[in-house]
Amino acid sequence: MTVLVFVEPDDELSLQAVTLARSLDGEVHGLSIGPAQAPVDVLHVAEIEGTYAPAASAAALVQLIEQLAPTAVVAPGSDRGNEVLAHAAARLDLPMAANVTDVRGDDVTRQRWGGTLLEEARVHAELKLLSAAPFAFPVGSASAPGRVETFVPDLTGADTAVRVVETVGASTGGVALADAKVVVSGGRGVGSSEGFAILEELAALLEGAVGCSRVVTSAGWRPHTDQVGQTGTKVSPDLYIACGISGATQHIAGCKGAKKLLAINDDPEATIFSHADYAVIGNLHEIVPAITAELRKARGG
Amino acid sequence: MRILVAVKRVPITGGKMVLSEDAQSIQTRHLGFTISPHEECGVEEAVRIVEAQGGEVVVITLGPAEAEDQLRECMALGADRAIHLVSDEEWDAQATASALLDAIRSEEPFDLIVFGNESADAGNYQVGIRIAYALGLPVVTGLKGLTVADGRARCEQEVAGGRDVYDVPLPAVVTVKEGLNLPRYPSVPAKLRANRKPVDARPVERAAPKLEKLRLVVPEGQGKQAEILGHGPDAAPAVVEVMQKLGVA
Ligand SMILES: Cc1cc2nc3c(=O)[nH]c(=O)nc-3n(C[C@H](O)[C@H](O)[C@H](O)COP(=O)(O)OP(=O)(O)OC[C@H]3O[C@@H](n4cnc5c(N)ncnc54)[C@H](O)[C@@H]3O)c2cc1C
Ligand SMILES: Nc1ncnc2c1ncn2[C@@H]1O[C@H](COP(=O)(O)O)[C@@H](O)[C@H]1O
Repeated sequence: MTVLVFVEPDDELSLQAVTLARSLDGEVHGLSIGPAQAPVDVLHVAEIEGTYAPAASAAALVQLIEQLAPTAVVAPGSDRGNEVLAHAAARLDLPMAANVTDVRGDDVTRQRWGGTLLEEARVHAELKLLSAAPFAFPVGSASAPGRVETFVPDLTGADTAVRVVETVGASTGGVALADAKVVVSGGRGVGSSEGFAILEELAALLEGAVGCSRVVTSAGWRPHTDQVGQTGTKVSPDLYIACGISGATQHIAGCKGAKKLLAINDDPEATIFSHADYAVIGNLHEIVPAITAELRKARGG
Repeated sequence: MRILVAVKRVPITGGKMVLSEDAQSIQTRHLGFTISPHEECGVEEAVRIVEAQGGEVVVITLGPAEAEDQLRECMALGADRAIHLVSDEEWDAQATASALLDAIRSEEPFDLIVFGNESADAGNYQVGIRIAYALGLPVVTGLKGLTVADGRARCEQEVAGGRDVYDVPLPAVVTVKEGLNLPRYPSVPAKLRANRKPVDARPVERAAPKLEKLRLVVPEGQGKQAEILGHGPDAAPAVVEVMQKLGVA
């Protein structure tokens, strides 16, 4: 029996997908477009000329599936992993289970609602197409593949017609939200665009980034690039400071990866407190500047 | 330009997921409903394109009778008419794609067919891609930028450190993400107009799901006991102490 896993170079989510593939029965084969490091038994490296073309990756995957006849295909739960797997599912007319956290025979557990709800589902197909939910699987040692083989896919013009034609740099200053060690995040309770000045100040002092809830982006107080949540950025800082955020499941979907969560809210009943490690109850407009001042004092002497 | 946008009615779950007794759905008795923010941006983008270039925006949903509310909301944003595939059951992604496909074929041709990158509730990441393949159209996913001109679509995707750009001929399928634009708030006259716009309701029969939902489960780990550091600004020293302990101060 064989399990096939699609891996991308230098991608932690791909290594997590390998962990899921390893938990299934069978020899683990990998497919990468270009060379990659992945602890699989056999890595098939396909060379596809030029920039990323989703359909070309999928064509290669489907051709390798035909050659190896695996019982399951696993992809990373990244945008590209889900994309390539969905292309393959469409080509093969097979069901695809996205963001899987567990597999038991024909049954899978998968994430819904950005991971705030789980679904147990049965896959009615001989070949299971699964993407691995991000950060649901540990990463083993990133050892080299047992064996590397070259795979030459047979691509048509249609497979390469849609491809990246250009990459433009983003001009985002400051610490990128997704990588920040500290995120100071504001919700409706901040009250206005100007209200974020005190959050900016604290974030700068902590060399962190400013985040926000969807209410804030919808009101136009902050750009959408600052939004944390199911339809925003998913963050995993050492400390997430939620100021004036109620704790809706769709917001939590974006910050549940934080190591510690400090909530500042004037409503002692706010849901955010049931997700928090630390709580400060009261008006954020008084509390946040007080923390900034205290921090300066602590550093000053 | 004829543009189709596919939207799905979902509950606004608030702070806590509560399941129905049979664990088949979320208890929605006290909840409002909406469409995914991704899809709302899809509708807004389609309306902007048609406002600038002329044409028609059609919205489609597969969902219960009440999903007409969401179609009306989309028409209040500026969509011209709606197709409602009526079914009370939950459909898996493959069956959803095939039902939407039948409806799309009955209404072709569209220059642009717009989906959310993923549905808010099911998060299957696939319905749009399946439909693109069935129609033999190019597909670009997860757009945060879209420019339609001269029979082509310039599509921008956010990736680590920048934006990947694709350029595809129309007709095409795109899936979009929130952040593509800032959707308008519909005016009262727009809402009134929306009530008079046509909704074409068609009953549909669900095929047996190939990805069959057995039950829903609320994950553990909710209901933490937070350590209260204090009330008001007096809590600041305790907060800084925690920051020092965590090594972030
Ligand atoms: C499909 C879908 C996707 C979504 N995606 C996202 C997403 O990605 N990200 C996201 O954030 N939301 C998302 N939402 C919206 C989400 O459901 C909530 O509406 C939103 O998170 C609420 O934002 P909030 O907490 O800022 O506002 P509210 O819920 O209004 O909460 C404001 C909080 O501030 C507190 N407060 C008020 N004044 C003060 C003060 N002076 N000091 C201290 N506290 C104060 C209040 O007690 C309250 O708890 C999504 C919704 C849906 C349906
Ligand atoms: N029941 C439905 N009715 C209309 N559109 C849908 C439905 N389900 C999914 N879609 C569309 O397909 C996109 C992707 O859904 P999914 O593959 O379930 O993540 C959604 O954002 C919608 O645009």
